[in-house]
Amino acid sequence: MPVPVMYPAIDWLAITPMIILLAGAMIGLVVGALTKMWRPSAYALLTAVLAVAALAVNIAIWVDINSDGPRTIINDALSIDHFTAFVWIGITISLILVSLSSASFLRRESMDGPEVYALYVMASLGAMIMAASNDMIVLFLGLETLSIALYVLAASNRRRAESQESGLKYFILGGFASAFFLYGVALVYGATGTTNLGGIADVLSTEIFVRPDDAMLLAGLALMLVGLGFKVAAAPFHFWTPDVYQGAPTPVTAFMASVGKFAAFAAFVRVLVSALSTRSEDWRPVIWVLAILSILVGSVLAVVQTDVKRMLAYSSISHAGFILIGLEAAGHAGDVEGIPSMFVYLMIYAVLVIGSFTVVSLVTRSGDARSDLAAFRGLGAHKPALALAMTVFLLAQAGVPVTSGFIAKFGVIKAAVVNDSYAVAIIAMVASVIAAFLYLKIMVSMWLADDADGSAPTESVRVPWTAGAVIFGAALFTLVTGVWPNWLIDASRDILALVN
Amino acid sequence: MSTFAAATQGTLPFPILTALIAAPALGALFTVLSSNKRPEITKLIAIVSSVFTGALGLWLLASFETGEKGFQFTSKHEWISDWGIGWNVGVDGISLFLVVLTGVLFPLVIVGIDPHHNEKRYLSWLLLLEAGVMGSFLSLDLFLFFLFFEIVLVPMYFLIGGWGYDQRIYAATKFFLYTMAGSAFMLVGIIATAVLAERDLGFVTFDLVQIAEGASFATGTARWLFFAFAIAFAVKVPLFPLHTWLPDAHTQAPTGGSVILAGVLLKLGTYGLLRFGVYLFPEAALWSREIFLTLAVIGIIWGAIAATMQKDLKRLVAYSSVAHLGFIVLGTFAFSSQAMTGGVMQMVNHGVSTGALFLLVGMIYERRHTRQIAELKGLQKVAPIFAGVFMVVMLSSIGVPGLNGFVGEFLVLIGAFPTARWWTVIAATGVILAALYLLWAYQRVFHGEPDEANAGFRELKLREGLVLAPFLAIIVFCGVYPKPMLDRIEPSVEALLERVELVTGYAAPEAEPEADVAVSDQGGEE
Repeated sequence: MPVPVMYPAIDWLAITPMIILLAGAMIGLVVGALTKMWRPSAYALLTAVLAVAALAVNIAIWVDINSDGPRTIINDALSIDHFTAFVWIGITISLILVSLSSASFLRRESMDGPEVYALYVMASLGAMIMAASNDMIVLFLGLETLSIALYVLAASNRRRAESQESGLKYFILGGFASAFFLYGVALVYGATGTTNLGGIADVLSTEIFVRPDDAMLLAGLALMLVGLGFKVAAAPFHFWTPDVYQGAPTPVTAFMASVGKFAAFAAFVRVLVSALSTRSEDWRPVIWVLAILSILVGSVLAVVQTDVKRMLAYSSISHAGFILIGLEAAGHAGDVEGIPSMFVYLMIYAVLVIGSFTVVSLVTRSGDARSDLAAFRGLGAHKPALALAMTVFLLAQAGVPVTSGFIAKFGVIKAAVVNDSYAVAIIAMVASVIAAFLYLKIMVSMWLADDADGSAPTESVRVPWTAGAVIFGAALFTLVTGVWPNWLIDASRDILALVN
Repeated sequence: MSTFAAATQGTLPFPILTALIAAPALGALFTVLSSNKRPEITKLIAIVSSVFTGALGLWLLASFETGEKGFQFTSKHEWISDWGIGWNVGVDGISLFLVVLTGVLFPLVIVGIDPHHNEKRYLSWLLLLEAGVMGSFLSLDLFLFFLFFEIVLVPMYFLIGGWGYDQRIYAATKFFLYTMAGSAFMLVGIIATAVLAERDLGFVTFDLVQIAEGASFATGTARWLFFAFAIAFAVKVPLFPLHTWLPDAHTQAPTGGSVILAGVLLKLGTYGLLRFGVYLFPEAALWSREIFLTLAVIGIIWGAIAATMQKDLKRLVAYSSVAHLGFIVLGTFAFSSQAMTGGVMQMVNHGVSTGALFLLVGMIYERRHTRQIAELKGLQKVAPIFAGVFMVVMLSSIGVPGLNGFVGEFLVLIGAFPTARWWTVIAATGVILAALYLLWAYQRVFHGEPDEANAGFRELKLREGLVLAPFLAIIVFCGVYPKPMLDRIEPSVEALLERVELVTGYAAPEAEPEADVAVSDQGGEE
């Protein structure tokens, strides 16, 4: 009599979003390659529909966890908890916004086609795997899926040398960072004997663990911090950011700054809080330094830039620093503010940054080249609604009240203060004043500066409906969340319980 | 329970304070949405909403319960409940007249001053500014206050940057960054206050009264927190040596912006020191009073000397603001009932007289396109009524008896003399210096024979006269009969002082027996 094969139970609901994205990307790529060029925006709309479907399932997963509880799936490889669902929702929302904002951009730049969208979708899939991973190797798989897609995306504008340069720089430096991370994983595996995050946590919480292994563990931790620090663009691992952000096609930059950050910070939390929380005394000071450095470097260097994409790149470094404040807070024993504040910040920042870069993608005009401050001159007079939306995004990034950015900043500063990290709170707030100067510079360009030397481009800015819808939606979200953030804060309370 | 908790519910059937904030905010929204092709409708919306707000302010004044020291017309609703943040507004004697002043100044500015270009945007920013200022004066929730305090920066930034003079972008940016830098410390302070109070209260709240009543901070902690608040307010006041943004902002701002900046925006600083600094952290305020007294006196003398040196009439008025606000801070940190009451009154007086001075300087600029004192001469000959109005406003600013400036300054000096003698002695010379620089400026601008350029100086127009009339009326009325005002301010100041005494054991000097009944009541308790 044949032995019955034991199939593992499959949690279909939990893997549906990933299946939707993977199948969508594959089928889209094949069908797209075999058919003639589709109508304008058709690829983008299909991608958006895929993302909406994934988003709907992600919300269903969130609700399902309310009733059925969090769990790990696929032999402990992935954690399905509120944290995962929250990040997945954030990633799919970002995917919807970015694909819509790319639609008219790619046509304008004669880059339309299924490839870019397929890469967006694959990158999002990698990001989702990273966020949910409960195993170092799975995390690395997700990281590479995301990163390789991003390298190609950065270089996807074949007509612009800057785009090629951006892709190459990102690829080489990103490859190094991945190697660092992988070496770190190997050392942690050597020290603990497992790559499973829950397993690592278990080993570390037992007393058998002895000093010699500790050195190996700490070395592994340090290498992983380098790898992840690179991915979130935290100083001093930020050097790639301005060049890559500036050179990459503008919607791709928006994608990196939203989905890329979501995934990398989720991985940070998984590794540090889920697996290594018993070692928080070791990693917390490192995060403290990374946070302070990122905020200072990001704010100070942003001010001396003259290119808006570079400015926003540096400001994204300083935002990464703010989010790291939340991570630092999460390293304190019994903290309940840190992780929620981080992901409230990320959700808000993702929308903000996509909105900002969408405006930039319109202002750069044909060729995607004019991202200098002069290109923004007179925007307030010619396109007041667009300039107003950009002003909302900039004020929000500066953390002015009644915008979502203030809620985000308030959350992480509160998380720091609750844990008595006053120094980091004060340094961050003072640095945000420096950063405010940068946002003011862009606003001055849009509203107040007159085009004395005639260096503003003559081509007028066009606002296609897809990009317009993204900008409107992002601005609305920014203002509404600024006034009524309860739902987001409430939701973020639930993500605290990590399962492994 | 102390008296602060026993806030009286107003007798009005609707939340008037919320309406005071909502009316200009809605006005701003409607002006933005109004058609570009019908500027007169935009202007009408702006006038209606600001006049309506002003009328609400006067109604508030009329229905205010005199002699009541707690907060009135309070309304409280949950907002971000997870963080203990609520929509919590109320008014007492300290904020009442600032609210009324705000309500009165904005319609006058909107009616009286032409922005010359982009009027729709100008009006929207102005109305948004009014909503922010109202909200700052009315908030009784730390978070809500900070929100309004910060939001005020945005419209003011655009007003200076968009409608100001040559150096406007520099001035606007400096204004924004200076104030934001101060606020950075305050935000950390506010969060820390709420977080530390939670440990005493057992629940998280940003409610000002609940924190003050229920939380007790360790002495050292309270001092740190006090300074986190005080830096933000010191920048806003502005207190020497953080005042350097002010002359730039004032000089470069459009006339309307200057009037609002001097009239109400600077008061956010002095008001904040009283409402949040002294009220929440009495011990720290008392402990550091010598620092503030010294800075106030330096401000008075420094502002006066700098004003004397100015060649630009608007800059002169701007520096005189530094001096005048020094008196308010002196009054606040003298910790006596008279001086504090005088300080609160002086906030309003300064708003009225300096606001009017900026209006007049703006009118001079409209006519002559210069503000240089050296280029103006003999205006009295060609425009006697204009000169007369200028004279009255200037005398009020100097503090001549019979006009409003005298009452406030006199109360500050007489009240501060017993508690801060030597500071008061030096500050008193500031009054003389004020006479020096203002009279000298008046002499140079208005006396003498007008030269060719000044001979064509136009007399006051009817519209300008109508805008200035309310200023003159307030100046004379408050100078001759300040009692109604003092009666409303004093109980709240007494209550604040009572709290200082309760917490620190400090004994404020007895006020004149006839000044207020509350003082003798308090004497009986002891």
